[in-house]
Amino acid sequence: MKKISFILNGEKRFIHVEPNEILLDVLRDRMGTKSPKCGCDSGDCGACTVMLNSKTARSCMIFAIETDGQEIVTLEGISKSGLTPLQKIFLEQNVFQCGYCAPGMILSATELLGKNPHPSRYEVQEALAGNLCRCTGYTPIIDAVLELTKKQV
Amino acid sequence: MDAFQYIGKSVVKVDGREKVSGAALFTEDIEFGSDLLYAEVVEGSHAHAMINSIDISEAMKVPEVLSIVTGKDFPYNFGLYMNDRYIFAQDRIRFFGEQIAVVIARTPQAAKKAAQLVRVNYTPLPKVLNPLDAIAAGAEIIHPDLGQYAHVPWFFPEAGTNIAHHRKIRKGEVDKGFEDADYILEDTYEVPRYSHCAIEYHAAVAKYDHSGRLTVWASSQSPNTQRNLFAKALAPLGIRHNDIRVIAPHVGGGFGSKAGVTMEIMAAAIAIKVQGHPVKIMWNREREFYNTYQRLGVVAKLKIGVKKDGTITALKHDLYWDAGAYVEYAANVVNAVGLSAIGPYNIRNVSIDSYCIYTNLPPGGPYRGFGYSEFLFGLESHITRIASHLGIDAVEMRKKNMIKEGDLTAYGAHMNPNGLSEAITKVAKEIQWNKKDRSSDPNLAVGKGFALFWKAPAMPPNASSSCFLKFNEDASINLLVSGVDIGQGFLTVMAQIAAEILTVPTSKIRTENPDTDRNPYEWQTVASHVTWGCGNAVRNAAIDARDQIFSLVSRSKFLPIEDLFLEDEKVKCKTQPSFELRLRDFIIQGIQMGDGTFRGGPIIGRGIFMPEFTSTNADPDTSQGGHPNVHYTVGAAAVTIQIDKQTGRMNILKVVEAVDVGKAINPDLIKGQIIGGLLQGISTVLYEEMKFDHRGKMLNPNFTDYKIPTALDIPDEIVPIIIEVNQPDGPFGARGMGEHPMIPVAPMIANAIEDALGIRIKSMPITAEKLCLEILKTNPKTPQ
Ligand code: FES
Ligand code: FES
Repeated sequence: MKKISFILNGEKRFIHVEPNEILLDVLRDRMGTKSPKCGCDSGDCGACTVMLNSKTARSCMIFAIETDGQEIVTLEGISKSGLTPLQKIFLEQNVFQCGYCAPGMILSATELLGKNPHPSRYEVQEALAGNLCRCTGYTPIIDAVLELTKKQV
Repeated sequence: MDAFQYIGKSVVKVDGREKVSGAALFTEDIEFGSDLLYAEVVEGSHAHAMINSIDISEAMKVPEVLSIVTGKDFPYNFGLYMNDRYIFAQDRIRFFGEQIAVVIARTPQAAKKAAQLVRVNYTPLPKVLNPLDAIAAGAEIIHPDLGQYAHVPWFFPEAGTNIAHHRKIRKGEVDKGFEDADYILEDTYEVPRYSHCAIEYHAAVAKYDHSGRLTVWASSQSPNTQRNLFAKALAPLGIRHNDIRVIAPHVGGGFGSKAGVTMEIMAAAIAIKVQGHPVKIMWNREREFYNTYQRLGVVAKLKIGVKKDGTITALKHDLYWDAGAYVEYAANVVNAVGLSAIGPYNIRNVSIDSYCIYTNLPPGGPYRGFGYSEFLFGLESHITRIASHLGIDAVEMRKKNMIKEGDLTAYGAHMNPNGLSEAITKVAKEIQWNKKDRSSDPNLAVGKGFALFWKAPAMPPNASSSCFLKFNEDASINLLVSGVDIGQGFLTVMAQIAAEILTVPTSKIRTENPDTDRNPYEWQTVASHVTWGCGNAVRNAAIDARDQIFSLVSRSKFLPIEDLFLEDEKVKCKTQPSFELRLRDFIIQGIQMGDGTFRGGPIIGRGIFMPEFTSTNADPDTSQGGHPNVHYTVGAAAVTIQIDKQTGRMNILKVVEAVDVGKAINPDLIKGQIIGGLLQGISTVLYEEMKFDHRGKMLNPNFTDYKIPTALDIPDEIVPIIIEVNQPDGPFGARGMGEHPMIPVAPMIANAIEDALGIRIKSMPITAEKLCLEILKTNPKTPQ
């Protein structure tokens, strides 16, 4: 057991972890942060995506102990002060179906637009390619991202 | 037509905000406190074996293990349509990975560790991994007790064989039909198994409290059916329906995998062994592949005779289904296809034999399309092949033979109103069917393919739906139904139906996820029937509430009931334009009379729906006489693909699909189903492939080795087309369409490949590798 601390959604948190505890489990089972989901447990699906120091990361592939002193943001953190324009357009255009992939997908799209406010269609596809969605066929999600970038000149 | 306020509008999903904010809670997200126990499954390591003994002594020594449950504890069988399943294996296992026991412990780690220490002693039996082997003479019998299993009356198991059900159609004079034909094409098509791959795993938590109440939280498409099957299986323990409560939170994708009952029954059963504690059983990605339902595989032998002008004279379709180790649900897939394997065509002389065959592979079961994708692969390939043989255009050939309203289906019922002809015309136009696209690059080949589809809900004739509609003080509404929103938008569509009738905006309507204690009965969320079936129940509940409102206002305000109408959440009167009464002013509190007394009270609407015209009573040798299906949803689809001749890689340049939805209650959601369903279908053709080894063990149960598409693997252009030929008995004319978009995809792509290269592929999947090898066979000089 080691005591670590990290900033989770803007709040400094302290926790004792075993060296083999997975970040996804710690966030979900011990921090009460339920938006990161488990869809494969092996780095394939992106449902467990979080922002680690402002970069998307797969929390099922990271030991919690590695995040000592770092900053983690989940979809709960993004939603704290109301929906972002990206979340709003996803909502208005009914892009998600079951929504299980949504937390990861929204973080990946948020990261992309932060780095590249006017991506090409292909760049959006590439940015989302690590997040599997079985329901939507992706096209409505990609269209909504592109439409938002057109609005925000 | 009427101008609707909420019907036909792409209103925002009522659960949309929860989904985009991260607030939505799925089963695994619910907290059960520090008393929660964890269960781990002990899996069989043979495809077919007798279990001699199970030694749990070492496993029980692991600290924090509370109990180990085996088949001895629950010697009960169960099933949806046929009771051939067991909660845990009894004396034998029938597929690799089948559950033999469950370890219950304080921590997941302890449960896992102990599960590995359970020793099972087996005597292996010969295994059957293919349906044709399973019906060969001398094949090992997988269910010696087949003759004893209870089943629905429309199944015909053949005891002493591996044929669990045989659906037969005989219509007209088939031999004569083939004699009259100018050309007969006969061939065999093969479609393997597939996995649903919902991103959320199956999960179930159960608690049997000290008062004898059993609560199960499950990621489920079928809460009422689960309660029913749990109660029936556990009845020997004195548990009744009203002792069981099934709660279904948000579901992270279903596609059929979470219909009926699979792993959830283990949670329900083992909770009884650890009374007082909640116990959780979670699947993982591997088990999602090999121990839930899989889509059935099929070998389809198809023979069609035609006149020179393209008129079909006879069809003979023999389908041999690889239905797996248990067929309690799969047998109805086989049945549904048996009834409908003529496709959307008007054919006078028909013979269909659809065989449900046990194999030692994981249980087959419902998967989006319910067998229709599988038989349409052969049928729609065949139609195009025949057309090109006759020199007739493939679209014209389809138009010539397509089924029309009032025509007879294979079992002799009349076809419902439909927009098939309009769908064909619109798709052909949008894909520019008459224009040949060719690539200027000699290494690239371009081709187009066309396919029709149809599908009916496969349900028992008494599958019913119901709804309670409760008003709140501010005239907002809680709509209680037990259909499940598995992403298709069910909750929203129900809200739209109630909104339209009661003039309350959808933003003020909360459609509640199922809880069998609170919400009234729904059979299951399957078969693309809830928009239609439950939608009718919601409509009836809203009309019931409206009738109560008008009656109350009429008797307390002395207005003629027939003059009253609703507008913007107010009651108004045609003959007294100045009169208006806001719903919020009386909907709970009632209306005060001159003497100070009140009339009325909370308005609660109640609605039910059962398709009272359906029946499975028919001649078992011909299937003539009944009315097993409520209606068919039809459509057409076409694709333009580009093939790299050196690698076999296929690019979907454009895909067009038209579905006759009766009435589009929410066009956004319908387009979502079309786009998502198309990609799921494309994936079964181009990417997905299950591999089993000689032991019957699945070799690729993960997303690294079983590929599903990413955002980079999508068609360049998708055109969804909505056709609206009203379903007379549907809510606002709507019929279901959730499964349909994926079912024409495989033949449409196979047809496009033949158009591009002259190569006909008759087995799925059609991966780049497979196509490349075929290209090399026909033209060995293609550069390598
Ligand atoms: S759960 Fe982490 S990538 Fe799938
Ligand atoms: S919406 Fe269901 S997985 Fe993406």
